[in-house]
Amino acid sequence: MVPETYGSDVEDPTAPPAESGEEGAPGQFIYASKNPHYPEIYNPDTGLLPADIDRISTNSSDEAQPEQRPLANNLLSDTWQPVGEVPKFGILPLLIGTAKTTIIAILIGAPLGILAALYVAFFAKRWVREIVKPGIELLAGFPSVVIGFFCLVTLASFVQDITGMPYRLNAIVGGIGLSLAVIPIVFSIAEDALSAVPRTLHEASLALGSTEWQTAYRVMLPAAAPGVFAAVLLGVGRAFGETMIAIMATGNAPLNSWSPFEPARTVAATIGSEMGEVVWGSEHYGVLFFLGVLLFVFSFGLNAITELYVKKRFIKRFQGQ
Amino acid sequence: MNSIANTIPLPKRLLGFFAVLLAATAAFAVVGVILGMVGTFLMNGGTGVTWTFLSEFPRNNNTEGGIWPALAGTTFLVLLMTILGVPIGTATAIYLTEFARQDSWFARSVRFAVNTLAGVPSIVFGLFGVGFFIQFMGTGIDGFLGTSSFGDGSLLWSSATLAVLTLPVVIVSVEESLKAVPRDLREASLALGATRLQTIVKVVLPNSVTGILTGSILAVGRGAGEVAAILFVGVTYSSSSIPSAVTEKFMHLGYHLFVLSTQSPDVDKTLPLQFATTLVLLGLTFLLNLTAILIRSRLRKR
Repeated sequence: MVPETYGSDVEDPTAPPAESGEEGAPGQFIYASKNPHYPEIYNPDTGLLPADIDRISTNSSDEAQPEQRPLANNLLSDTWQPVGEVPKFGILPLLIGTAKTTIIAILIGAPLGILAALYVAFFAKRWVREIVKPGIELLAGFPSVVIGFFCLVTLASFVQDITGMPYRLNAIVGGIGLSLAVIPIVFSIAEDALSAVPRTLHEASLALGSTEWQTAYRVMLPAAAPGVFAAVLLGVGRAFGETMIAIMATGNAPLNSWSPFEPARTVAATIGSEMGEVVWGSEHYGVLFFLGVLLFVFSFGLNAITELYVKKRFIKRFQGQ
Repeated sequence: MNSIANTIPLPKRLLGFFAVLLAATAAFAVVGVILGMVGTFLMNGGTGVTWTFLSEFPRNNNTEGGIWPALAGTTFLVLLMTILGVPIGTATAIYLTEFARQDSWFARSVRFAVNTLAGVPSIVFGLFGVGFFIQFMGTGIDGFLGTSSFGDGSLLWSSATLAVLTLPVVIVSVEESLKAVPRDLREASLALGATRLQTIVKVVLPNSVTGILTGSILAVGRGAGEVAAILFVGVTYSSSSIPSAVTEKFMHLGYHLFVLSTQSPDVDKTLPLQFATTLVLLGLTFLLNLTAILIRSRLRKR
């Protein structure tokens, strides 16, 4: 966006006329204001050179029309209102909403998933394990729209009846819904990690006189810590990227609030609910793609951490490489 | 055994009891939630799944009638997705296990890319479908052929998007089955004078058909329930006919459920329809996943 003030000043008819300036001898330093040959490099109002004007032009246009903010400032504002006279693309509420629901989902999903994995790996009888393990793995195959529907229709009313929260759909209901998507991932990866710990550690611990639960909690779990950590990281990736549950169960309102009892809207849900109506190629469309890039970069980062760091540590610990 | 257990002081034994109880509670809570979900769907939608429901078109602005076009659309979608995605996934898996040196730079980066792909949120695939398939390839094809049907969301681009999304599922599954083919078989074939390619085509692949099948079924199970990725790549809320060309828009079970439960003019009235649709969608993915798990467990035993 080229600020209007800049262009109009340059072609301002009241700018010093060419004839009024004194001709300077070649090689002599001349103030731009006095040089008729370079009217375009001088702004008589501000006395600034073009380079300076470029640097501050965003501010000056802000003063002229406060609503037409440049995109970078707009993105960092605290209102998400992409459709309207003055579109506002503040992604702050979306980031808060994503963080809010993801944290709730992980706080619920990670302990449940890890504890269930411990149970299946060490405490459960064989026939119980044969039922519980595929059961939880089947949850991973539930379409997220089905989980979202369950939260929207059944769980939300159930939670509201118990707690009496003012909003039926809010970050907590959304977080519980997302945790249902997180649990099977955390469970199966943590269970893999726990089973991958060499059996000798287990036997050594028992031989030293510790009980089964002490072995499980104090020997096997710490030994599998990098794998369990990877499980939680992948759970985080699933939670913030999940779209359908977030659209259906969080209330989907871009509020600038950290309260878990109020509705939230995640980055993924924003793309999901607005991309369908947006004009292709518009600024709004560009911002939605930017949000998609954010999601991609974040999930890529999480995956890189688990791949490059966690797995290496895991291998190092047990193969002594 | 008993005498040893009795030497442990009571508080510690109690602690141990609670430690085990905590883990068991977590496991059974998760199972309980799953059963609760399925139970809710069965109770509210069980009577709604009838033959007429499955075979009729929706009526009266989707507030009555059946889900036939959504069922058909979903089927076409996953079939086309399988045709587009499984060959690429299988080829990648063959390259990774049979040809690539395991520690080579390229094989490692392919593996990393596959893992990354598996972790990318599905909505990002949707954006990719819009940006790459529709706007780049679609408009490109339109410009080249002089048509106007490719530059918009369609069954074809949705299938392509889902094929990319399910690629990791196929690759991991096929790789696993290729690795399960005994080394002896490969060496025997090579020793008899077969080339590497002949060995792969005539010995390795026939022995890993189950793996390719499992991968395809898992991919179909994932693709059938995936809504976020196709939200703006060609799915439609209502359609008066079954799609007859790959460039047409289509209805989808998951999207149908999403629209019915969030954007319908009368959400409460259609609640039985929503539950019935959920049951059909869940039953479909459930069956597919169960089949894949069964085949896979048989494969692992072998």
